[in-house]
Amino acid sequence: MSHSFYYMARDQLQALINELRARGYQCIGPQVRDGAIVYDSLADCTQLPRGISEHQSPGRYVLSENNSQRYFSWANGPQAIKPYVFAPRESLWRCEKDNTGQLRFTDLKPAPGPVAIIGVRACDLAALYIQDKHFLQEEKKDPYYLARRQKLFLVAVNCTHAADTCFCASTGDGPRASYGYDIVLSELDDGFLAHGLSDKGLELIKQLSTSPPTETQLQQADEEIQHAARRQTRRLPSRNLKQALFNNLEHPRWEEVAKRCLACGNCTSVCPTCFCHAEDEEPALDGSGSEYFRQWDSCFTQGHSYIHGITIRSTTAQRYRQWLTHKLGSWHDQYGRSGCVGCGRCITWCPVGIDITEEAAAICGENIDA
Amino acid sequence: MPNPYLPYEAKIIERIQESPTLFTLRLRFTDPVIHKDFRFEPGQFNMLYLYGVGEVPISIVSDPQDEHMLDHTIRTVGRVTRGLAALKEGDRIGVRGPFGRGWPLAHAEQHDVVVVTGGLGCAPVVSVIHYMMRRRERFGLINIVQGVKHSSDFIWKERYDQWRKAPDTEVLVAADAGESLWPWHVGPVTGLFDDLKFDKDRVIIMMCGPEGMMRVVVKYMLAQGVDESAIWLSMERDMHCGIGHCGHCQYGGKFVCRDGPVFCYKEIVDLFGVKGF
Ligand code: SF4
Ligand code: SF4
Ligand code: FES
Repeated sequence: MSHSFYYMARDQLQALINELRARGYQCIGPQVRDGAIVYDSLADCTQLPRGISEHQSPGRYVLSENNSQRYFSWANGPQAIKPYVFAPRESLWRCEKDNTGQLRFTDLKPAPGPVAIIGVRACDLAALYIQDKHFLQEEKKDPYYLARRQKLFLVAVNCTHAADTCFCASTGDGPRASYGYDIVLSELDDGFLAHGLSDKGLELIKQLSTSPPTETQLQQADEEIQHAARRQTRRLPSRNLKQALFNNLEHPRWEEVAKRCLACGNCTSVCPTCFCHAEDEEPALDGSGSEYFRQWDSCFTQGHSYIHGITIRSTTAQRYRQWLTHKLGSWHDQYGRSGCVGCGRCITWCPVGIDITEEAAAICGENIDA
Repeated sequence: MPNPYLPYEAKIIERIQESPTLFTLRLRFTDPVIHKDFRFEPGQFNMLYLYGVGEVPISIVSDPQDEHMLDHTIRTVGRVTRGLAALKEGDRIGVRGPFGRGWPLAHAEQHDVVVVTGGLGCAPVVSVIHYMMRRRERFGLINIVQGVKHSSDFIWKERYDQWRKAPDTEVLVAADAGESLWPWHVGPVTGLFDDLKFDKDRVIIMMCGPEGMMRVVVKYMLAQGVDESAIWLSMERDMHCGIGHCGHCQYGGKFVCRDGPVFCYKEIVDLFGVKGF
């Protein structure tokens, strides 16, 4: 393993960004915006959240400063990389009607330039793998998703800090990035260990000023990832919970959690694997045409299950049950694994602090592993 | 690869008012190549697009081998269907499809068939009945059972009369409430079941309509000793994309648009009838 890692000093991160930009990539990286770390356009390392820590617990997220020189000593913020492949809102096609009544359809499939995302975490790579399975299934590929997906270059960063809400170690999705990236970085006090997985990634690393890592550096990086795993207190079993959940469709806990849940849908919009969206039509005001678009939707909304005057899931209990039985249960039928990658976002960003691991344990029985 | 989200233009070549709330649009793609290459199976659906309003999933009712016809029977229930109802011959709409899995017709050959529908003119099974009638010799005894709320909801009377004349074909109609001259059964559709003729070991049941009705039929058929795998139902859920992406039609681990709309009862036995799914 060790031979494939390269050590680079901290300033080489800027060199990496420069190389990417020179190759035509738009770089995206984590930055502090309105009290949270989110992704945005990145030209310069000084924009990164250097010396920033975050503190997360159910319904709570705060940033603080530390005196570390590190850029990535924090756990994931609210935003996954999902919006960069599956846009929150996008036009699909446009229709024009001429005065003879003839319709002309124009495909509005995007033609994005190459995009490099820097700082992607293991849980989000796992989520991307799942979304690829969803949108790019053999028969009917989603051309809008595919157009963006093909242009992505991913620079992952191994997690050294887990939030209190993280539980990726139990789902098997982190904190180490093990697939799906072009380059992965492990941050050390004075620089990075870099590993290239794709040819493009390897080729880029070769442009940087690197040296072979020392045994101590390799051990240090490894120890920090293990530390991030050990710190995690929440857990979900990695085994299939489908049977346990579907055997408990009448469990009183559904009604109980529904008393707390606001059905706001925050959990589904921060979740990196949720894929539901609604399609709708927006006629141009000047009558020149009509645009057909889609935008993120949530199984917590009234409209999500509405058909011919009936709402199939009219109660919050039914909607919470839909979300949990799907995410942790029937997802296995659809994608061969659970829909949860343990990022903990739905716990942190739930305004009333509902905890998916706690609800799953309550519904599947305390001894969730039995 | 063609974009599965993009509709093609089609022209309404005929509009038939079937009942006050039901009409059929006979369509032709304006691009002759698209029209010629369009293939579907009974039970599949298209997304029909009305300019400026939106899309709606509609089952195809014409015969798959009749290349002159592409018929959609539509009930006016919402914004898009109300708008479609106002269209005339010569008007254009958008069409994309066909989507989903249709009826197990190859499997049903050499079997007795029971088709049960409830509610107003259930398009998904009309297609399958037409299909079997045209290929009558391939199937065993055919039973067509239709239940309606009120006798005035019963449409396509001529079709039923015609089907009844076919050999080895039983047509049974029931209305929960009927007028004085109503020639058929008055009462729930279940009251007709004992008149059905089929070999329980060589039968395929196909149904569509309200889930409450389908539950009753399933229960009856299972009690008669019909196997779970011989019962097929067409399910209805909200649909936006038609291709298993938008998540609206999810039914447990299934997408009704892609894995259905026709399901074998065996595939959905765990969730069928559970409120909230
Ligand atoms: S369910 Fe919650 S913890 Fe799991 S992937 Fe989604 S947001 Fe993250
Ligand atoms: S679980 Fe929390 S975040 Fe999700 S809908 Fe309910 S209140 Fe909102
Ligand atoms: S209609 Fe979109 S997933 Fe089925």
